[in-house]
Amino acid sequence: MIPELGHYALVLALFLAIVQSVLPLAGASRGVSAWMDVAGPAAIGQFTLILLAFLALMQAYVVSDFTVLNVVQNSHSLKPMLYKVTGVWGNHEGSMLLWVLILALFGAAVAAGGRNLPPTLRARVLAVQGMVGVGFLLFILATSNPFVRVDPPPFDGNDLNPLLQDPGLAFHPPFLYLGYVGFSVAFAFAVAALIEGRVDPAWARWVRPWTLAAWSSLTVGIALGSWWAYYELGWGGWWFWDPVENASFMPWLAGTALLHSAIVVEKRDALKSWTILLAILTFALSLVGTFLVRSGVLTSVHAFAVDPERGVFILALLVLATGGSLLLYALRAPALKLGGLFAPVSREGALVLNNLLLSTATATVFLGTLYPLFLDAVGGGKVSVGPPFFNATFVPLMVPLVAALAVGPMLAWKRGDLAGALGRLKLAAVLTAACVLAALWWHTGGPVLALVGVAMAAWAFFGALTEFAERIRLFRAPLAESLRRAAGLPRSAWGTTIAHAGLGIAIAGMTGSAAWIEERVVLLRPGGTVELAGYELRFDGVEQGQGANYSTTRGTFTVTRDGRPVTTLHPEERWYPVARMGTTEAAIHTTWYSDLYLVLASAPGEDAGRDAAGGDGPDHVVRAYHHPLVPWIWLGAGVMALGGAISLSDRRLRIGAPSARRRLAVP
Amino acid sequence: MKRLVFLAPLALFLVVAVYFAVGLTRDPRAIPSALIDRPVPDFSLPSIEGAEGGLETADLKGEVQLVNVWASWCIPCRVEHPVLMRIAAEGGVPIHGINYKDKAADATAYLKEHGNPYAGLGADRDGRVGIEWGVYGVPETYVVDREGRIRYRHVGPIMPQDLETTILPILRELKG
Repeated sequence: MIPELGHYALVLALFLAIVQSVLPLAGASRGVSAWMDVAGPAAIGQFTLILLAFLALMQAYVVSDFTVLNVVQNSHSLKPMLYKVTGVWGNHEGSMLLWVLILALFGAAVAAGGRNLPPTLRARVLAVQGMVGVGFLLFILATSNPFVRVDPPPFDGNDLNPLLQDPGLAFHPPFLYLGYVGFSVAFAFAVAALIEGRVDPAWARWVRPWTLAAWSSLTVGIALGSWWAYYELGWGGWWFWDPVENASFMPWLAGTALLHSAIVVEKRDALKSWTILLAILTFALSLVGTFLVRSGVLTSVHAFAVDPERGVFILALLVLATGGSLLLYALRAPALKLGGLFAPVSREGALVLNNLLLSTATATVFLGTLYPLFLDAVGGGKVSVGPPFFNATFVPLMVPLVAALAVGPMLAWKRGDLAGALGRLKLAAVLTAACVLAALWWHTGGPVLALVGVAMAAWAFFGALTEFAERIRLFRAPLAESLRRAAGLPRSAWGTTIAHAGLGIAIAGMTGSAAWIEERVVLLRPGGTVELAGYELRFDGVEQGQGANYSTTRGTFTVTRDGRPVTTLHPEERWYPVARMGTTEAAIHTTWYSDLYLVLASAPGEDAGRDAAGGDGPDHVVRAYHHPLVPWIWLGAGVMALGGAISLSDRRLRIGAPSARRRLAVP
Repeated sequence: MKRLVFLAPLALFLVVAVYFAVGLTRDPRAIPSALIDRPVPDFSLPSIEGAEGGLETADLKGEVQLVNVWASWCIPCRVEHPVLMRIAAEGGVPIHGINYKDKAADATAYLKEHGNPYAGLGADRDGRVGIEWGVYGVPETYVVDREGRIRYRHVGPIMPQDLETTILPILRELKG
C-alpha cells in the first residue's frame, strides 16, 4: 500500500510541476498576478509530494519490504540500519528520486525565501525550476520507477554493493546532489533574467547565495567521494581523473568561476552576459555529469548502474534544457546593456583572469573526459585518457590561478595598483620562500615539481592571510582596533579569506600525496615486521570475525616508532556472502600531518608461501603506505566549504529576512 | 557579427550533443584486441596444482579452439560457466582455460562445484601471462584458429545470445 502511495504522490508531483512551469510564466508575461502567485504554493506542494514519495521508498527499505523490486535488488534483511536508510539512494532509481527531491527542495526554498524578489522574476524562476522538475519526474516515472513490485516476493534481497556500505559514501550523494542540483537555481535565475531582458546588481545579489550554497555542498560532496576512494578502494589514491569524478569536478570548476564573476556583476554591473552564460553552463555541466554517470557512455570504475535507454532520455532532457536556454541566450543576451568599464589591472581584471583560467580548466577536463567518446564516435578507435593528460594540462593552469589568487583581492576596483599590491605581499613571499626551503631540507631528492606545489600552497595560504591582515590593519593599528575591524568585516570577506586559505591547505595535501608517498609491499606472516618512514609495524596475526552481513579477516599490527608504541592498527579483509564480493578495509593512523595506511590481503597462493619457508601459518600480503600531508586535502576542502558557508551568512545575502531591506537591494 | 558570437555556445553545444547521441550507440566495453590475427603469445603455464605442463603455446595449435580466462573469485565467470559447460558437452571445439590470479584450492573447489569444461588448464598465478595476452579483466574469451592465431576476443561473460550471434558463427566459419 505505502509504495503505491509513494508512486501516486510522484505522479501528483509531476502534474503540480507542469502547472508550476506553465501558469506563472504565462502570468508573468501577461501581468496576471493571480497566475504568478500559483508558483510558490505549487513549488512547496511539489516538494511535499516528492518528500512523501521519498519517505515511502525509505519505509520500504527500513522494513525490508521485499515485494518492492528496488529493495530486493539493493537491500538485505541483515544489512545494518544505517545502510538500509542510505541504501535508498545507493541505486539508480533511488538516487534519481533523491535528485528530484533536492531539486524540489531548492524550488520550495526559493518560493519560501524569495518573497522580496520582484514578482515577475520570482514567478519565472520558479517556472523554470518547475520545467526541470517535469523533465526529471517524467524520467523517473517512465524509465526508473522505484516502486515496481515483484510477485512472488523473494525470501530475501540481493544486498547493496558492499563498496557502498560505508559511512563516507552514504552521505556523499546527498551533498553532491545539493551541489549539482543547487546550480539549477542559478540556471533558473539566468533563464528568468534572459526572459525579463534585465540583469542588474540586485539580480547578482539574489543569485549569489544559491550559488554559494550549491558550491559549498559540492565541495563537501567531492571531498567525501575522494576520501571514500582513498580509504575504501584500498590502493591509497584519492583522485583518479575518472569520468565519474570529472563529472562532478566540471560543475565545481564552472561554479567557482560563476561565484567570482557574480561578484563583478554585483559590485560593478559588468560581465553580465558572461555571468548568465556561466550560470547556464554550470547547470548544463551538472546535467552532463548526470548523463555520463547514468548512461554508461564512458567506462568508469564507479559506474555501478548503467543503462543506455535511460541515457537517451537524459540526453533529451540535456538537449532541451541546455539547447533551449542557449538559444534564448543567443536571442536575448546581445540586448543586455554593457556595464561599468575597468582597467586590465583591477579587481575586475583579476576576476576576469580567474574566469578565463577556470573556464579553460573546465574545458580541459571536459575534453579529456569526453575525448574517448569523441574519437570512438568518428571511428577513431578506443582510447582512454588518463592522469598523465590531466596532470600535464590541468596543473599548469592552476599555477597562474593560484599566483593571481593572492594578488587579486589586494587590487582596487576599476583601476588597481599592481606594484603596491605586490609590495604588500612581501611578507607572504618571504614565508612562501621559507616553506620551499623547508620542504627542500625535509624531503631532499623529491621531484622538483613538488617545490612548485609547496610554493603554490604557501602563496595561497599566506596571501589570503595577508589580505585579511591588511583589511584589519593588523600590526599597524593597535590590536584592539584590529580586532574591532575584524569583527566589523562583512562575513563575505571572512569567507573569501577562509576559502582561499583552505585552497592553500588542500594544495599542500595534494602535493604531499603526489610527491613524497612511501610504499612497501611485503609478504608477512605473524611475527614479521616491516619498516616504513621511521615506523616499525609488527604483524601480530589475524583473527576471523563476523559482522552483521559479512565475515572478516582482521589483522592486528603493533606500530612503534623508535621503540615507543604509537598505535595498533586493524586492517580488514571482508567478504559479503550475499553480494559475493569482498572489500578491503584499510587501517589508517593519522597524525594530521601524515597518514600511515595499511592494507591486508590473503596471499595469492597459500601453498606457494608455505612451500617457500615451511613456516607456521600462511603469508599475507601487506601493503603499507606513508602519505605525508594527505589529510590536508580533506581538511583544506572542509575549510573551503566553511568559507563558503560563512560567506553565505553575510547579512546582505540573507534572503527571507524581514523585507525592510527590499528597496535597499536595488541601488 | 556580434550575434554570431552569442550563437557560438549553442552551436558548440549541439555538436557535443550529436557526439553524445552517437556515443550512446557505442559500447565502451567492446575493446578490440591488438592481437587479432596475430599468433598467440609465447607462454608456458603450470597446472593448477603447480605441476609442469599445464598449458603452453604449443597446445593451442592444430584445431580451432577457445581460450577462456577465468578465476574463482570472479562473479561474471560463474554467470558464463553454464555456457562453457554447454560448449564442452556439445563438443565441436575444446576450451582451454587460463586460471587468472587465483588460489589453487579455490580454483579446484570451484571446478568441483560447477564442473570442469576445460580440455587443458594453466594457472597464471601472478597474472604475467595475462599481460602477454592483453587481458583487460576476467572473464575474457579468445577464439584461436588452426594456425594458432587469435581471431576474436570477447570481453566479459559469454551470455547465451553472445554464443549464438557471434561466437558460434565465427567458429563455424573457421572450421570451414
